[in-house]
Amino acid sequence: MSAAKNININLKIWRQKNASSKGSMETYKLDNVSTASSFLEMLDQLNEQLINEKKEPVAFDHDCREGICGMCSLYINGRAHGPDTGITTCQLHMRMFNDGDTIYIEPWRSKAFPVIKDLVVDRSAFDRIQQAGGFVSVNTSGNTIDANSIPVPKVDADKAFEAAACIGCGACVATCKNGSAMLFVGAKVSQYALLPQGKVEATQRVLNMVRQMDEEGFGNCTNTGACEIECPKGISLENIARMNREYLKASLK
Amino acid sequence: MKLDSKIPAGPLKDKWTDHKNHLKLVAPNNRPKIDIIVVGTGLAGASAAASLGEMGYNVKAFCFQDSPRRAHSIAAQGGINAAKNYQNDGDSIYRLFYDTIKGGDYRAREANVHRLAEVSGNIIDQCVAQGVPFAREYGGMLDNRSFGGTQVQRTFYAAGQTGQQLLLGAYSALSRQIGLGRVKMYNRHEMLDLVKVDGKARGIIARNLITGEIERHSAHAVVIASGGYGNVYFLSTNAMGSNVTAGWKIHKQGALFANPCYVQIHPTCIPVHGTNQSKLTLMSESLRNSGRIWVPKKKEDAEAIRAGKLKPTQIAEEDRDYYLERKYPAFGNLVPRDVASRAAKEVCDAGHGIEANDTNEGVYLDFSTEIQTKGKQSAYAKGNHNPTPEEITALGKQWLEEKYGNLFTMYQKITDENPYETPMKIYPAVHYTMGGVWVDYNLQSTIPGCFVAGEANFSDHGANRLGASALMQGLADGYFVLPYTISNYLADEIRTGKISTDSPEFIEAEARVKDSISKFLNNNGTKSVDYFHKKLGLIMWNKVGMGRNEAGLKEAIAEIAQLKEDFYKDVYVPGSADELNPELEKVLRVADFIELGQLMAMDALQRKESCGGHFREEYQDAEGETLRDDENFKFVGAWEYKGDDINKEELHKEELKYEEIKIAARNYK
Repeated sequence: MSAAKNININLKIWRQKNASSKGSMETYKLDNVSTASSFLEMLDQLNEQLINEKKEPVAFDHDCREGICGMCSLYINGRAHGPDTGITTCQLHMRMFNDGDTIYIEPWRSKAFPVIKDLVVDRSAFDRIQQAGGFVSVNTSGNTIDANSIPVPKVDADKAFEAAACIGCGACVATCKNGSAMLFVGAKVSQYALLPQGKVEATQRVLNMVRQMDEEGFGNCTNTGACEIECPKGISLENIARMNREYLKASLK
Repeated sequence: MKLDSKIPAGPLKDKWTDHKNHLKLVAPNNRPKIDIIVVGTGLAGASAAASLGEMGYNVKAFCFQDSPRRAHSIAAQGGINAAKNYQNDGDSIYRLFYDTIKGGDYRAREANVHRLAEVSGNIIDQCVAQGVPFAREYGGMLDNRSFGGTQVQRTFYAAGQTGQQLLLGAYSALSRQIGLGRVKMYNRHEMLDLVKVDGKARGIIARNLITGEIERHSAHAVVIASGGYGNVYFLSTNAMGSNVTAGWKIHKQGALFANPCYVQIHPTCIPVHGTNQSKLTLMSESLRNSGRIWVPKKKEDAEAIRAGKLKPTQIAEEDRDYYLERKYPAFGNLVPRDVASRAAKEVCDAGHGIEANDTNEGVYLDFSTEIQTKGKQSAYAKGNHNPTPEEITALGKQWLEEKYGNLFTMYQKITDENPYETPMKIYPAVHYTMGGVWVDYNLQSTIPGCFVAGEANFSDHGANRLGASALMQGLADGYFVLPYTISNYLADEIRTGKISTDSPEFIEAEARVKDSISKFLNNNGTKSVDYFHKKLGLIMWNKVGMGRNEAGLKEAIAEIAQLKEDFYKDVYVPGSADELNPELEKVLRVADFIELGQLMAMDALQRKESCGGHFREEYQDAEGETLRDDENFKFVGAWEYKGDDINKEELHKEELKYEEIKIAARNYK
């Protein structure tokens, strides 16, 4: 491990007062940033500096800071979740940067994710897609069958889990030149398509979720594969193929 | 005030069934006339909102995050307990009940814990039916592993992301109800006060975090499922936004707050790196299935490691102190969390810590033994009965990756070290709060109509929670307890009709909230909210943390009272009330943390015994283990708010009765 040191950096950050105002890039200088800090801790440090200067701090979304809640976002130097792979912005560390670097920070940019303020965007379109069909229609009763009565082949369970590992952060949409949400929707459709519990409603599910996805204004998939590369959870393109198969099957019924 | 826990009569194992059979019901045609508010959408809140929506009530659910799926239950890693006995290793409802009571150091209610154990199996059935992809064995059956404080394998899991999968399951059930119009979801809304009318909970005041609008919402019952208060320490494994405001506001309105001093310090977290650190990251307890915890036996080795002159892999086997295996041979590395944390503190206090930070606090979690064991097993399973050492190591690492891959990656990203090659560095950190709002057996607080579920209540874990039991409790409360007990309360509300938000009580509560917001915005102080929050955190960690004593606690109480004064005088909040303003959100939360912090110290001071996570240095046995005082402290300490001065809060006692279990000293040796 390289020992932590302090670096001085320049920041170009998107500032936008609210959804209806026009934004612009602003420049900030930040000194003495520990390379052991996370990227968001660096932003905390900037905000502390701004508050002490009685200036308005930069608004950004974050919560768990351990890469699982999916709340943090940020386009850093032209890449969703910044210049490392397999991680969210909160897991990005300042050791990825050098003394004197200029770092560009922008919000997710996509028609379906409008900016609310500064770096904060509205991703509620994902919730609405989920509400359209991302579930198994089983009520809470405590009287469902025993959990082990339907064996599920390990390979299916593992694939379903890998698809279900999606954190709904929206990096796939942000990085896609078409603003497509096919990786997000494909992952959810796949999770249920791979499990016996999800098969009963498979037809309705895929039709409803895709319809909602289109209504929200997400673009189409042209197989560039950028989503898979930037996905912090490594969700595979296979899931898009599986969704397309499910969709075709459902359309022909 | 007389505390009535409303524990049903009859034999322990029949209490819940009998109770359910006699609870009042609300007929399906009456349910749409009744409104219920649920605050928080973690496991407890999402499962409650979904279940109540399914039943036909009008539900309004609130979360401060941008989506209900972000609630911090999502970050739980290791697993969820259930007494299924799929592994045929002697598990049963009774044993899960017994382990939980013992793990909680005999400070939890028997009846509540037994109910939890009873419904644990249903939770797994329910989740599988929802499409939660738990880990499975090759035969297609569900897999299990062990957690601390038990000698059976009853923990169900999905890699190191069990909380995520369970929460997404509850979120999917909630989403279905939102889609059907039975639940109305309010994302990016924060509850800032409770409204009581004629003594009953009748609604909340919430702030729309985007527009800043202060909204009034009425209901016939309010469920608080807003999680724990670990962030009172500033640094914890909680999410940045996790806060106590909902719980504290109802406390100020008359709900008693129970056992605030019971805090779980989790033994395996990544150590602190520096002063700009914003949170701590947990490494799942499940790793203690495979990792062995040690420090160098010789202090000079520890010093050399800290100075970077020696690597842990260079320390010979005989020079390592596997202190948990040494002190607790029966449970070894799988002792309960409080025991493991204190043991780590003890070896670090004695100078054996290995982390090169300000405090030298850190111990090793080493996977090299497991790599060899599992590598060999994997080779045999593949028909290779004569594997080379290289093959064994490679297969062992592969096995680890399959079980814990995401945790190892997370560790590497944060520390820049490869845990497959060198042991992880870990140290205890604040993780979970067993204390919370006092509730009776029906999960109702001392305010009629105000129910509290999940980590936000105090009910099931006593003075220490066992691993993989938080997920179990959250879902038990939301799916299987609240739907029954709330209906019993609401049965008397079917004639009430819609509750107006124009009453003087709503107007007054709204004014209270607006007044506090405008005071902070016009305070014109000089210091940021974080400045005060960090100060509070340091007082709490140093004096109300892993080791507590009378002098320290008295200092803490005085220092926090002073901090509160400084905070109101000098905190600076930029921006305005009618916009997205994260600093304003923080200042309102920290104001509540400061008051709670003082109460935690007061509670720790009055509890002149050591139990579970509450370790009073004055009360330990010759070997440094907790020394309970069952004669004088076998009670739940529930505090009543008495106005602005927290020192005036009044303590009420609910005596704990053990009818089924013989109370004894905890022994994991």
